[in-house]
Order: sequence, then structure tokens, then C-alpha cells
Amino acid sequence: MEFGVVVFPGSNCDQDCFYVIKDVLKKPVRYIWHKDTDVDGLNCVILPGGFSYGDYLRTGAIARFSKVVESITNFARKGGTVIGICNGFQILLEAGLLPGVMLRNENLHFICRYVYIKTENNQTRFTKLYNAGQILKIPIAHNEGNYYIDAAGLKELRNNNQIIFRYCSARGEVSEQFNPNGALDNIAGIINKKGNVLGMMPHPERSSEEKLGSQDGYFIFESIINWLENRII
Amino acid sequence: MIKQDIHRSLGLNDKEYHKILKILKRKPTTTELAMFSVEWSEHCGYLRSRKWLKLLPKTGKYKTLIGEDSGGIIIDDLAIIFKMESHNHPSQVEPKQGAATGVGGIIRDIFTAGARPVALLDSLRFGPLSQAYNKYLFTGVVDGIQFYGNCVGVPTVGGEIYFDESYSGNCLVNAMCIGIAKKDKLVRARAHGLGNSIMYVGSSTGRDGIGGCSILASHEFKEGEEKRPTVQIGDPFTEKCLIEATLEAINTGYVVGVKDMGAAGLTCCTSEMASAGNSGMDIELQAVPRREENMEPWELMMSESQERMLICVKKGKEDQIKKIFLKWDLNASVVGQVTNDGLVTIRDNGKIVAQIKAHSLTKAPIYDMPYRKPNNLVKLNKLEISKIPKPKDYNKVLRKLMAVPSITNKAWVYEQYDHMVQTNTVVLPGSDAAVLRLPATKYGGSASGGKGTNKAIAATTDCNSRYCFLNPYRGAQIAVAEAARNLVCCGAHPAAVTDCLNFGNPEKPESFWQFKNCVKGIADTCRFFNIAVVSGNVSFYNESPQSAINPTPTIGMIGIINDINKTCSQNFKQEGDVVILLGYSREELGASEYLKEIHNLTKGNVPQLDLKLEQAVQKTALQAIEKGLVNSAHDCSEGGLAVALAECCVSNKDNMIGANVNNLNYDMRLDALLFGESQSRIILSCSKDSVEKIRKIALEFKAPFCVIGKTCGKFLRILKAEEELIYLPLEDLYEEWSGSLKKEIEG
Repeated sequence: MEFGVVVFPGSNCDQDCFYVIKDVLKKPVRYIWHKDTDVDGLNCVILPGGFSYGDYLRTGAIARFSKVVESITNFARKGGTVIGICNGFQILLEAGLLPGVMLRNENLHFICRYVYIKTENNQTRFTKLYNAGQILKIPIAHNEGNYYIDAAGLKELRNNNQIIFRYCSARGEVSEQFNPNGALDNIAGIINKKGNVLGMMPHPERSSEEKLGSQDGYFIFESIINWLENRII
Repeated sequence: MIKQDIHRSLGLNDKEYHKILKILKRKPTTTELAMFSVEWSEHCGYLRSRKWLKLLPKTGKYKTLIGEDSGGIIIDDLAIIFKMESHNHPSQVEPKQGAATGVGGIIRDIFTAGARPVALLDSLRFGPLSQAYNKYLFTGVVDGIQFYGNCVGVPTVGGEIYFDESYSGNCLVNAMCIGIAKKDKLVRARAHGLGNSIMYVGSSTGRDGIGGCSILASHEFKEGEEKRPTVQIGDPFTEKCLIEATLEAINTGYVVGVKDMGAAGLTCCTSEMASAGNSGMDIELQAVPRREENMEPWELMMSESQERMLICVKKGKEDQIKKIFLKWDLNASVVGQVTNDGLVTIRDNGKIVAQIKAHSLTKAPIYDMPYRKPNNLVKLNKLEISKIPKPKDYNKVLRKLMAVPSITNKAWVYEQYDHMVQTNTVVLPGSDAAVLRLPATKYGGSASGGKGTNKAIAATTDCNSRYCFLNPYRGAQIAVAEAARNLVCCGAHPAAVTDCLNFGNPEKPESFWQFKNCVKGIADTCRFFNIAVVSGNVSFYNESPQSAINPTPTIGMIGIINDINKTCSQNFKQEGDVVILLGYSREELGASEYLKEIHNLTKGNVPQLDLKLEQAVQKTALQAIEKGLVNSAHDCSEGGLAVALAECCVSNKDNMIGANVNNLNYDMRLDALLFGESQSRIILSCSKDSVEKIRKIALEFKAPFCVIGKTCGKFLRILKAEEELIYLPLEDLYEEWSGSLKKEIEG
């Protein structure tokens, strides 16, 4: 089993993801340079957070044209496991691997702090080690995390159980009051129909060790490993 | 182009011009004059400050490293490199880009030493937010820091923000960066080795920032001046690529020296690298990548375009280095060679446009400046405490102080900064100091479990400039003592200092007196604690037509935590804990936040500082924390005991814990008891079982120790004898403390 962490110029959570897989979960991992196309032999690709290509146009808008995203698209089509975190999620939206778009945060500021999210679907390869409805303490750090999709799209997401995480209170109450960025329906993370591509704004790699204040994100990676090892859901 | 008085318009005086004639034994070319003007500017040459900076200790209890552009300490096989630098004038002119490029510049000073930048702190000062322009500056500066720091991927973990009338017209933006390297991977900002290549890497050169250091940073603001064209524009994305490429290049072992083209750009890099390496350099300007057409040689030499560096590379290894920078889509061009003639030779298409001894450029004249104690200070230091009316309602005073912008919670600011990227931040912003784990393995060091060793670093910035205004020497002493106290409250051993010295016009004897005394205060106090000043920066001419700023010698201090599992934060942790005060309170109201905010007075003398008492209190707190006896520790500073206690109660909003404080046996005015700012005091909380153990430690170090109350309920209650002075619900305190900055900004 091997993980791959994509490195775009401007990625800045690549080393954190690499470290978590290698040193915390102790699994093989390698970097994938944005000009490369080789994803052979990888079982899971992580698109990390950061500001790919400076994000000067629109978050993720340039990255989607990179060579590596082309091969990741093929990788995903063949059923490969892909997780996009923060900027990685934005890239997945731009590349059309996940539906919807990302708007600027409602308050027009970058927001970095711990939030709580509720596990809305634990029947996926990314969340199988969580209980249904489990509440996770996990940090966000972004300018554009205000997820949006049209009414038909939202309906489809709901019907297919594609909404994986929603912002909530420490006690699990999902309401506007506990929505940090204005995301539609408090959406913090979604999955594709096939169930092999996850995008989420909060950072599981920043909450994988108790020392840092929360270990709640660890089990996303552990779930993936578990699934890859067993190939059953 | 060269005219009679061009040297004056470049910021050189007539005397300096004549000195240049003497050095060259001929008239300088335009390019040469431009080069002298930037190298001999106060900003680069430290002409007026150098004499006094020699007082600062360069060694201390931790092994130090002093480089050309930064300094640090050695911990096991790692080097902790850090420095603080000002970007005041650019921020006053264009707050977003001024602050952004300040952050970019200080980060480059760290990674050009071979260290990976792991944390940023910012010490910011503005005029009152009630004035629209100050609000514009404040929000612009915060925007600039988040814009640059978030993108470049270095967490902004701490700092401080103060508001005072003296900064209206001249705000302060001091940025500090900390980096980590394996100690044998460090490089210096030097060029040597005959025939080695000089490479230009990074962004191309434009006309931005020409004269930034000589014109903008070395003169005070005058009415109606337009200085916007001298501010540089930052590109954090390029910087992020530059960090990765530079560290990769250094790792090859082919890099002899690296220097950031910051203030004074190419001039500074060529002359200072040659001078530091005792060598010379022959540079061809045609090889410099540029983004504008028809640039004159002097413009190329003076440009302060951002995200550029000069590298000295071993002969024959140019292609390997070039390949790394090209991989990151950055320019990399061989622009010259190292020579052994001691000269900086600048050519344009082969033709020599400047040829100057490197040493003569870098050895700017040293000026012995006259100084004089300000006449009004004796009067200002007098405070007849009996004439100050006693407040009727102490609750009202405390509520008001909790909402003062200088005291209030700064979450509105630090939540706009990514303070967690790189996953090392163990104590998040909002406590006495930030704590970062030391990820040794990531930097090639040895690991003893997990991500690194059990060691961690703590960092803080401190300066009470009202103290420094009313008593520069003691104010600076307190800045050092308080920084150390803040680190101790996190469980860290104070280890080393970087200082950023912000003052008014040094040509005014009163301003220079403030400078001289502050430097002496820092030097003496650092010597007492046996900690070195490893790097720093001087910023003069912080004046506007309204006034000079309060003298502001910002202290950035690093501390070492031996066991990361024994750190401490300021908030009370559980009900039923015992509250202890280390140190003791005097009847001191002079220079306090209380006098300023409640009585509108900036008056009196600053609180006393007994260094032996300070050390006793710090040693007690540190040993108690290291033994795992302490549940919370918080330093008493602005707003005194009452504000410190209130902060202990409300700073964890998910778990606010009240306190009943009923044992304050001091005979003094009640407002002095509650809000006086006596130094050397730390509030601890601990479980009942630990009290006697902590008392024993205090006894051993001879630190005053007193159990003053216990944690309980959802109120802060302070009693003196039977009289209830403070009784406030925590929600009320929290609302004042947490909501006021946002209200002030967003209305």
C-alpha cells in the first residue's frame, strides 16, 4: 500500500500530510510533483491544502489544468481513492471530480480555528471508523470555504448520501450559528457518487495527534488504510 | 542625469559626500553614489546606533550563533534561528503591502541562513481606533500579514497589539520569524573562494521600492509627502517556491553563501557578501533578470523588488543549482564571479559603472550622537496619588479595562492568520506565549520518539512603550523581564533575544537619550538573566508632524521547554483549584493602563523592578510547572491583578472557570491593589495536594508566596477583608473582553 501527496508550487500542507501518513500512521508515502503524471502503484492520492500556483485567479482554477490533475482524474475514474483537503477540495471542484463551487467566506476574512463537524455518513471508505453522527473537533484555515451548489445539485447530494460532514456545535447541533463560513447547508465535506473521492475543508492532518489538541482527524486516514487493507466497506 | 546636489536627494549629507570623494579619490558615478546612499543610510549602515548596540551581550547560557542577517541558539543538533525586523514606514504609507513585505523580508532572513521558517510573530502598534485612518492602517496591516503569511505556509503564532496616541501618524509593524535547521546545514551571507559564481535567483527586477531604505526608512514623515512609489509589492507564492528551492539548493552542499536582496537590493547583497567574505565581486548587470525596460544601472542596483536573492555557488556547480530553481519556475542566472581584489565591480555590457572597495561601502561612518533627558520628564514622573479620585464601582472599572483594545482578546486578528500550518503549534495564540514542538526529524535532527525530541520552543514579543516613554531604562528592563516571565508561564527557560528598536529622530537629543537608555536597559537585564541578544534591528525616524512615537524597544524572546508534556497555559482548568500569587504587590499606579484609561493620565514613574525578586518568582514558577504541579500560570501585566485574574477565568471560552479571591493582605488603595502594575507577579492555580509542594519551592528560591483564593463557580469575586470589590458573572467579563475589538472594527 502506498499513499501519494501531490506537490503543487504553493502547496503548504503537503509536508504535514506526508508526515502524518509516514510518522503517525506509519505507512509508505511519496510526493507527486505537479509536472509528473506517474501515479502508478499508488492506492490513495492526497491533494493537500495551500495556495496552488498562488491561487491568484480563483482557488484551484489553475491547478485543474496541471498534468498531475489529469492523471489523478484518470486514477479516480478507475476507482482510485482520492482525498482533497482545503485547497485540495477546491481543486477537486474545479476539476469536476466533485460537484459544486467554493465561494469566499461569508465574512470575507480568512478563518483559522477549531470547529466541530458532524459525521453524516459513516458508510464510506473515509469514515467507516466513525460512529454515525460522531462529532469531530477539527481545525479549518481558509479564505474560500463557502460551499455552494444549486437546488437540484443539493437534492442529489442528499439523495445519494454524498454529504459526509456538516459544521455543528460541540453537541452536534447543526445550525447557522455554528456555520463558520456560510457554506450551504453547513456542508464541510462531500463525496462523489462512486464513493472514492472525498473533498473536505477542515484539516484532518492537523488533528491527528492528541498533542496538538485533537486526534479526531486521524481516523479518516485510518479508515482509508483499513478499507484498502480489507477492500470491503 | 547626475546633478550637483543629487547626493542630497538620495539622502546623503554634504559631509558624507565629501567622505565619499576622499575614499574614491574622484567623483562618484551615479551608480556609485546611489550605492553609497543606500549602504550609508541609517537603515542599512546603523550609523547612529552602532556605538550603543555594542553594549548588548552576544553570549549567554545557551550556545549562540551570530550570522550576518540573523542569529540563533543551538539545541542539541538543531539550530533555532530567529530575528525581528521593522517595516513601519512602508506600512504607514501602504498598510497591506507594507506589512506583507515586512513578513516576506524577515522570512528570507531566516531561510537564507539555511533554516526552515517555522513560525512568525508580529508586534503591532497603532493610534486609537476611534480615528478612521488608524482603523484603515490596522485592518490593512492585519490583511497584509494574513495575505502573505497564510500563503507562504509559515504559521503566525503570536505577537502583540497596542494602541496609543503616539502612533497616530507613524504605526509600528515589527515582524519576527523563527527557523529551524540542522546545525551543520547553516550557511552564512558571505561570498568567497576565487572564481566561485555569483547567481541571482528569484523574481525579476523592476523599479519598485527604489530608495525604500534611504528615503523612506531613514527620514521622518512630513506633511503632505507622497511616498507610495517607494513601497515594494509582495508575492508570497514566489516566496514559498523560493523557500523550497533555496533549502533544496543549500542541501546540495554547493552553496557557499546566500543573502536576501532586501533593503538596498543588489547593492547591499554585492557589497555586504563581498565584505563579509573578505573578497571582491565582478558583476555584469546585463545578466540580471528584469521586468521593466530601459532600466538604468543605478536603478538596478537600488531596486527593492521582492523575493530575490544572491547566492555564491561553488565553481562548476552552477548548473546543478540552476536546475533546482528552474524546477520551481524561478529565475536563476549567473551574474558574476568572486574576485580577490576586495572590490565590488559593477559592469553594464562590460563597461564599468561602479568600482568600490566592499569594505568602504559596508563600513558606514559612525556618529556619536548628542543626547539629553527631556525637560518635561521630571514633571511627568511626579504623581500625587492622593489627588486621583477613587472609583466608586470597581466592577465598572474592570469591565472597562477588559474592553480596552490593548488588553482585549485579539481573536479577531489571530483567527485571520493560519497559526496551525506545519502542525507544530502546541499552545495556540491567546496565552502568554506560543509553544511549538521541535520537529527534529523533519530538519535532519535526531529523534527520540514521535515527531521529534521531547523539547519544544516558546516564543513571545513584549514591550510596554508607555513605561519606556516615562522611564526608558526601566521600561526596557521590564520589557525583557516580562518577556522572560511570559515564557516561564508556559514552562520555558528564557534562552535568547532578538530586539527591534523603534525610536524617533536620532538627531534630536531627547530621542537619542531614550534610545541610549533603552539599549542599556536591555543590555543590563539580558546580562543579569544570562541570555544573549542574537539579532535585531533599529528603526529611527518614527515621527510625524504630530509627535514622535513612544520609545518602543520590542523584545522578541525564545524559550526552551525541556519536556513538551510539561507546558502550561493561562486559563484556570478546574473548579476547586487553589489560586496562588507569586511575588508581591506595591502601591504603584504610575504609568498604568488604569491611569490612562480611567483617569486619562500618562503620568508617574513606572513600577519598580527588583531583578533578584523577578528571578526568584520565575524560578519558582518554572520548577513548579516542570514538576507537573501547576494547572495554570499567568503573568500580571497591563491592568494588574484584577485583569490577570479575569483573563485566567475567561480565556478558554469552552470551559470558563470562576474564582473567589479573598486573601489579599495588603494595606493600600484598593484601585492600586486591583489595577496597579507591580512587576514580578505570577498567578498560579493548582490542585490542593500541590500547594505545599509549591510553597516549598518558593521558600527555596525566596519568592513571596501567597494563597489568595480558589477557583469556583461562574463568577469572579474579589474581596478585601469583608468588602466585596469585584463580583462579576463570567459571561459579562467574556463579552467585554472578547467582543470589543470586533465591535470597534466592524461597528
